[in-house]
Amino acid sequence: MINISGLKDGYVIDHIKAGRCMDIYRALDLDKCTGEVAIIKNAKSGKQGKKDIIKIEGLLDINLDLLGFIDDNITVNVIKDEKIIEKKPLTLPTRISNVAKCKNPRCITCVEQELEQIFFLADIEKKVYRCLYCEEALEKGQ
Amino acid sequence: MRHLLNPLDLTVEETYDLIKVAEDIRENPDKYCEVAKRKILATCFYEPSTRTRLSFESAMIRLGGQVLGFSEATSSSASKGESVSDTVSVVGCYSDIIAMRHPKEGAALVASMKSAVPIINAGDGGHQHPTQTLTDLLTIHTYKKKLDNLTIGVCGDLKFGRTVHSLITALVRYPGVKFILVSPEELRIPESIREDVLQKNNIPFEEVETLEDVMPKMDILYMTRVQRERFFNEEDYIRLKDRYILDMDKMKYASDDMIVMHPLPRVNEISVEVDSDPRAVYFKQAQNGVYIRMALIMMLLGLKA
Ligand SMILES: [Zn+2]
Repeated sequence: MINISGLKDGYVIDHIKAGRCMDIYRALDLDKCTGEVAIIKNAKSGKQGKKDIIKIEGLLDINLDLLGFIDDNITVNVIKDEKIIEKKPLTLPTRISNVAKCKNPRCITCVEQELEQIFFLADIEKKVYRCLYCEEALEKGQ
Repeated sequence: MRHLLNPLDLTVEETYDLIKVAEDIRENPDKYCEVAKRKILATCFYEPSTRTRLSFESAMIRLGGQVLGFSEATSSSASKGESVSDTVSVVGCYSDIIAMRHPKEGAALVASMKSAVPIINAGDGGHQHPTQTLTDLLTIHTYKKKLDNLTIGVCGDLKFGRTVHSLITALVRYPGVKFILVSPEELRIPESIREDVLQKNNIPFEEVETLEDVMPKMDILYMTRVQRERFFNEEDYIRLKDRYILDMDKMKYASDDMIVMHPLPRVNEISVEVDSDPRAVYFKQAQNGVYIRMALIMMLLGLKA
């Protein structure tokens, strides 16, 4: 077991799908974070076999909608004084803005680059997001 | 501010109200001839679609209003790189309502976001063309006196045909509708319509390749074009194209009150000999397009006869 220093105040982002921690790292702009960040890859997990975990020192603003969009199975634990004070369960955001780009070449966003890239949750069961403009389904994992 | 971007922007009740007004306009045109006096409709067409543009202009003129606009992007500021949003902001100063045609999907939505006047989507690429769908609904209502409990056959290119997708999506809101989908294997209805529209709403439908067998069951036959460019090879195209040509031989299988619809223009998928059959209503459909646009302009501008 790798020894990770205990967090005083911060977040433990848990149950990240194995292999995707760097996607989360980039999405949350953690390279700009000046505090301590620990990335744990392929941790053993009873539920899903393997998982990734990210620990972040300091209670910075985290875009929970964005995390929910990437993977709503992730859990975010809020740590204060070395204790978990809150578990933030993620839900799929109903709308995401300027996170993904529409890939449909016939979409108006392809010719008018300044338009806000908006996707809405079209099917909550199938987790399908569609472009607000052309309604093309967003391919996940981009 | 109300816009019309998608046929589903209107509830079932609003659609019904619109049809009622359109039918009254058809019966009593004089009552409506000054309803839009001193109002201006701008037709902003970024790609040519003469038929649709003329239908809108005719509708506004028949309401006593006036029209201005452009009919292709090269003659407008769009060719100088102006955004849709900016163009609409300016044109909204010159007019009271805008009908917009654009080759890109979602362009009408972009226009509506900042527009000071109502926007009617007159076609945004392969995405939506709500006044076509409303025209189809009015035509069905005209001949069948209802929109529910009907068996609708759609024939031809069901894969790429936007008109058909929109019509199916609009009709599943009415109880008791059934569909018979007639197309070659290559041009079957896409998954998105089969699963998310038909199956999701528990709508009975069958998919077949031969028209004659299923024709007796239909209240409506909606024909579309099978286009050459949709096929990978010429052989398949030639093999299939004639199979769906509607002629008087095939019309023998239809019931006496089945109606034949087509969004027009047709190429050869309906023989000219069918035109004189009273069941052929596709030219009446074009006429209905003007009445429903009149009713729509009135609704969006809050005008009453
Ligand atoms: Zn799009």
